[in-house]
Amino acid sequence: MAVPKKKTSKSRRNMRRSHHALTPIYSGECQNCGERKLPHHVCPSCGHYNGRAVLRGKKIDTSSDLEPATL
Amino acid sequence: MRHSLAGRKLNRTSSHRKALFKNLSQALIRNEQIITTLPKAKDLRPIVEKMVTLAKQGGLHARRQLVSKLQDQEIAEKLMSVLGPRYKARAGGYLRIIRAGFRYGDMAPMAVIEFVDRDVEARGARDRKAAASGEVELKI
Repeated sequence: MAVPKKKTSKSRRNMRRSHHALTPIYSGECQNCGERKLPHHVCPSCGHYNGRAVLRGKKIDTSSDLEPATL
Repeated sequence: MRHSLAGRKLNRTSSHRKALFKNLSQALIRNEQIITTLPKAKDLRPIVEKMVTLAKQGGLHARRQLVSKLQDQEIAEKLMSVLGPRYKARAGGYLRIIRAGFRYGDMAPMAVIEFVDRDVEARGARDRKAAASGEVELKI
């Protein structure tokens, strides 16, 4: 069975991992409510976009499938 | 070469896809704003915008074409009597898509698709009416 001949050195291991970095999520503040929001996305907490109420109803939670609270 | 121009299949058969977009069109025209995944919203837009264009033409032939696409007289009537006249002066671009985060569970990109100059009261009007008449209980 094929096995590594040498233990990977810390240097080699770290060089391999040099491409593993995560990219940061860019986020800004909602102009309406001041919560963090993704750019070009409707605000998950107040439902505003570009100064307009896109989604009406109370707080909209992104973790609950984005269904608006009121019909 | 026309590689990679085939369009989205959305993991559905042709008939399933056709039914999906029929249902999404009905929901969008009825409520004037719906939340769906971004790829579905992107594919839905040209379908519904073409229906509005047809409604703007007016006449019996256009109406029958709409009924044939939507399989629903009531929705076709709304297109002909409400949306067609509303967008008479607008040369296309009747729908707006706004990104709306990522769905919990599968990280699917979500979007709000809505009519430009929509009637805010249209969304959920049918459900509120049914609740008011006591047919169903309104769940919040």
